[in-house]
Amino acid sequence: MASVNSTKQKKKDKPPIAAVEATAHIAVTDGALIPNRSNARIFNSWRITFLLAALLLVILTIFNPAPFREIFFVTLKGVPVTFQVTVFAIMGSLVLGLLCGLGQVSQTRMWNLLSGVYVELIRGIPLLVQLIFIYYALGRFFQVEGIIAAIIALSICYGAYMGEIFRAGIQAVPKGQMEAAIALGLSRGQALRKVILPQTMKIILPAIGNEFIAMLKDSSLVSVIALRDILRRGREYISRTFLSLETMLIVALIYLIITLVLSRIVAMMEERFKNE
Amino acid sequence: MSDYRIRIENLSKSFSPSIQAVKNATLNVKKGEVVLIIGPSGSGKSTLLRSVNRLEVATGGRIWIDDDEVTSPTIDIRKIREEVGMVFQSFNLFAHLRVIENITLGPRTVKKVKKEAAEKQARQLLKKVGLEDKEQAYPAQLSGGQQQRVAIARALAMEPKVMLFDEPTSALDPEMIKEVLDVMLDLAKDGMTMLVVSHEMGFARAAADTVVFMDGGEIIETGPPNILFSDPKEERTKKFLTHIL
Repeated sequence: MASVNSTKQKKKDKPPIAAVEATAHIAVTDGALIPNRSNARIFNSWRITFLLAALLLVILTIFNPAPFREIFFVTLKGVPVTFQVTVFAIMGSLVLGLLCGLGQVSQTRMWNLLSGVYVELIRGIPLLVQLIFIYYALGRFFQVEGIIAAIIALSICYGAYMGEIFRAGIQAVPKGQMEAAIALGLSRGQALRKVILPQTMKIILPAIGNEFIAMLKDSSLVSVIALRDILRRGREYISRTFLSLETMLIVALIYLIITLVLSRIVAMMEERFKNE
Repeated sequence: MSDYRIRIENLSKSFSPSIQAVKNATLNVKKGEVVLIIGPSGSGKSTLLRSVNRLEVATGGRIWIDDDEVTSPTIDIRKIREEVGMVFQSFNLFAHLRVIENITLGPRTVKKVKKEAAEKQARQLLKKVGLEDKEQAYPAQLSGGQQQRVAIARALAMEPKVMLFDEPTSALDPEMIKEVLDVMLDLAKDGMTMLVVSHEMGFARAAADTVVFMDGGEIIETGPPNILFSDPKEERTKKFLTHIL
């Protein structure tokens, strides 16, 4: 599970630009590795892992097609579901996270309390428990489809973490920016929209990328509520064939390759923002 | 009504019961007058200045700009802030916006000025502060002195009737101070009402009509620069001036 931690990451001798410093404060502990110097070498941890995973997958499916190729194509059908759930749940959690993050820094007591309670509540309950609870609750009172329930549940859960990211991002924008904006006669809302949030977005974009990766992995939990994602397809296959180890190996490899590719994209994004 | 642009009457500001930043300060600034506030750090000069556009909410006393009472809880403070430009020690340019966008943001957002008109005005202001070639730059690409001049242009874009300067040159390298002070001198010559927290004695002599010395949250002494600097009445003023002159 991802979380914002305030401890300063190791910094290299880069110019002390506010945005760069702020990025360093928001380190998400799950998801992509924080890039370090060894990432610049030809053989780095990412390349070795990716190569091993891809190689293993290719060797298994080509030279040992008997169970593995079938397993691969069966579980691969779950990829669209996994992505669908992840993408929509991230969008939902961004909306909730923005509201929650604004609430955390808001001067409106009610809103402030509400988002605080929301964060405390969500962070105190395991994601799997929340997911099952919300699934049944939604099913009983609203009769919604499984995939919608899963998306809503994941959105609510991740919204709290996203809220913390937004809060940290908003607070990472220097206080003088808000002062300068309201001194010009802007309202607090205008200042937020035009001055604070654009700078916040830039600061938290890598963190959101990491949340996306964490979400993709956590979306495997939806398999318990009858959604046919990668993991669910694998478990169904196991119940038919009892090839548990072989199936889970392929499932793990598919997740690993997807998250490795995504983490590379996030790392590149982070690098680009640092250089700006 | 009166020919005072800013009237500060018995202003007090405490951050907690034990910390009183400003005590009972009374100060009047005439139209077109340039008033310089000096004093040791922690003497309440910045707090006094920031109370004028209510970045700090006073805990006692009243402030007027012309006939509008800034300290009144019912006043639309945004209307006042439109008319009061402010320049900060740390520039506070909007880091994600280009120079020209920094200057046009206020007029376009608050006064709903059209983009072309706002940009035309911004270019004139950039010319005034000598930075017409920097309109597409981002703040991080400018030197401190250039950033501060953009910040002045940004404040002027709202066509304020008062300008507040909170230690505008304190964060600058010595060779950049002059370029900022020159812009401020021009402004003073144009008849802008200015309230300036600064220790720039050269600026004080050249442009200030009045110098105010603050210490321990109180206004200790007020007078024209040549008199206050050469013949201070109060012991505390004398002591402070020996440190900075």
